[in-house]
Amino acid sequence: MAQRIGIEVSRAVSIAVKLADADVISAYPITPQTHIVEDLSELVANGELEASFIPVESEHSALSACLGSAAVGARTFTATASQGLELMHEVLYVASAMRFPIVMAVANRAVAAPISIWGDHSDVMSTRDTGWIQIFAANGQEAFDTVLCAFRIGEDSRVLLPVMVNLDGFHLTHVIEPIAIAEVDVVKRFIPPCKYPLPLDPDRPVSMGAVGPPYIYPEAKKAQQVNLAASKEVILQCWQEFGDLFGRYYSPLECYRCEGAKALLLAMGSFSETAITMWG
Amino acid sequence: MTKAGNELSWKDLEVGSIITEPGNASQYQTGDWRTQKPTYEHSRCIKCGLCSIFCPEGCIEPNQEGFYEANLFYCKGCGICARECWTKAIIMVEEA
Repeated sequence: MAQRIGIEVSRAVSIAVKLADADVISAYPITPQTHIVEDLSELVANGELEASFIPVESEHSALSACLGSAAVGARTFTATASQGLELMHEVLYVASAMRFPIVMAVANRAVAAPISIWGDHSDVMSTRDTGWIQIFAANGQEAFDTVLCAFRIGEDSRVLLPVMVNLDGFHLTHVIEPIAIAEVDVVKRFIPPCKYPLPLDPDRPVSMGAVGPPYIYPEAKKAQQVNLAASKEVILQCWQEFGDLFGRYYSPLECYRCEGAKALLLAMGSFSETAITMWG
Repeated sequence: MTKAGNELSWKDLEVGSIITEPGNASQYQTGDWRTQKPTYEHSRCIKCGLCSIFCPEGCIEPNQEGFYEANLFYCKGCGICARECWTKAIIMVEEA
């Protein structure tokens, strides 16, 4: 049985990345995401996770480094929040269009001005059309589980797209919750090795990120859109298998006391748990 | 590439539009951007090759008789060769 322990959610996220056996982590610290990368940096430094941790000078560089590692087929993780996500913005489009299955935790935080380190979703809303799959976690357990699922979904040969795991800054990242930490053997069964179909390889040279003249560009965007739409089927299948293995089942929309309701609250992330507690 | 670039549909593209045939940029006919093309007055050409050095496309080479000429598959018609030619042996004319 999986062990259920009291742990800060940021730590649980980094443990999920360790259990998924990520090869490369490149990130820049920013509140309230810092604990995630801090912890990962420690896990790599003390040999608990055999991965490259690439320290960089900005979020733009962090995600750019992730492009490179994903291009060779390495399992790649990064994390950010707020202004950091905005600084990554142009690279977000490149990651999804080049179909790199990077997993990124976003510790959702408001965007300046005025400067705010507190939680809201305005950082990630501006990235809605960047072609990433986005999943919002309602609690610490969901954040942990979603990171595992994100690697599996993104790297699926029918998907090959980057995935953002959204967890509310402070409301989730900095609270200690009881979380069932999965066992490494089960995680290994759940997430097969990363096999990017056309990685950079001197024996099989390819060109990546070339110019797409006007007769190629819309075709490339169409292919990307078709795959993003088709990913829903893979996500549902992944969650079903996750539930069968770990006993926790997820769905795109979860209803609570909706039948016959006169008013409905539609919420994403941890706010939905608040709503359940308030009205439950 | 079995199909010409402009015949490719979204179903033909590799994942992430990756190009699996290195060097296929040579199949791209930049010559169809052209509105003017270089013509040559060989009697004035001293075969110095200056035009080929200045050509930003790198598409000018000597022909069998040693006269420098642009490969019109790639020549974009910029006219730099005509401007730089010492002896005015290159004359740009409107494309028909």
